[in-house]
Amino acid sequence: MREILGDLERWRAQGRRIALARVIDLEGSGPRLPGATMAVAEDGEVAGSVSGGCVEGAVVTEALEVLEQGDRRLVSFGYSDDEAFAVGLTCGGTIHLFIEPLDW
Amino acid sequence: MAAQETPVFDEVARLLRDESPFALATIVEGPGSGAKLLVRPDGATGTLGEDDLDRVVERDALGELAAGRSGLRHYGEHGEAREDHVRVFIESFAQPPQMLVFGAVDFTSALVRVAKVLGYRVTVCDAREVFATRQRFPLADEVVVDWPDRLLERVGADLGPRDAVCVLTHDNKFDVPAIMAALETAVGYLGVMGSRRTHESRLERLREAGIDAAGEARLRSPLGLDIGARTPEETAISIVSEVIALRTGHTPRALRDASGPIHG
Repeated sequence: MREILGDLERWRAQGRRIALARVIDLEGSGPRLPGATMAVAEDGEVAGSVSGGCVEGAVVTEALEVLEQGDRRLVSFGYSDDEAFAVGLTCGGTIHLFIEPLDW
Repeated sequence: MAAQETPVFDEVARLLRDESPFALATIVEGPGSGAKLLVRPDGATGTLGEDDLDRVVERDALGELAAGRSGLRHYGEHGEAREDHVRVFIESFAQPPQMLVFGAVDFTSALVRVAKVLGYRVTVCDAREVFATRQRFPLADEVVVDWPDRLLERVGADLGPRDAVCVLTHDNKFDVPAIMAALETAVGYLGVMGSRRTHESRLERLREAGIDAAGEARLRSPLGLDIGARTPEETAISIVSEVIALRTGHTPRALRDASGPIHG
């Protein structure tokens, strides 16, 4: 969150709603460690990353849904889950993300 | 429309700006999903919804913070271990160690990846705009187009024993001022890439620039451990292995040929 703090504060000041996606767990190799955070503004602007660019597109979709529906959700991306998810990590690991609105 | 109040986030932002250590615990699965407890070494604010759970998570969060770790834990309703009523993500905001990599060369991108695995905050710096781009180093925390010695003027005072400077340019024009500036800092590891011949000619230039014996002794040049590394990735491993060994004070050799505790 440290590296995207400036974006978060700017978006907040502009009154834009924000969803945060955080890596909470990893299995096998993953590009970003637990704590890696990506923020998505309601208009789709993105700051930060949760992988090396492998799953960010899908995370934007999930994050915008979270803003629309106001829920919190766990989302996993992994090579072995390629039937369940359209995207995965090419590195072979699985990442678990927690996505929630920044309403706290 | 007034912006929504975000008291926990405001406190997180303040602590991050002050670079104060803290941990943020969030229920990510189970009743109360999204509830937060913000834990500082001198106390906690917020609640996960249950006093005993708060107490246990506060204790665990302080442990994670001290170790600089973030991770997922599960608890019973009142914080019981070995139960799985709620899952709590504890994120530590300890100050990460820093690595500055000078030179946006082929070896740099592998070194950035390996340093990120180790939890470093990595800055890539090169004066050449076409090479120092975010696209080439997507995992770097920062990519700076500037002369290394000028970057060190700005950030050198923040460097300490846990931090590392790796000079990969092997061009005396950049290397010599970068090394002289890095020697002015308290950085724990100062490694410089280059062949033996490059090293000899660089040492001559450094002596002309006024390096003293203590400075020479601090230099890891050529940098890295002798593990027969050839590719950028192998070289990155060789470099960070030396960084770790210097920090822990170990003399690198095979564990098979050593005795005593492995985690000592």
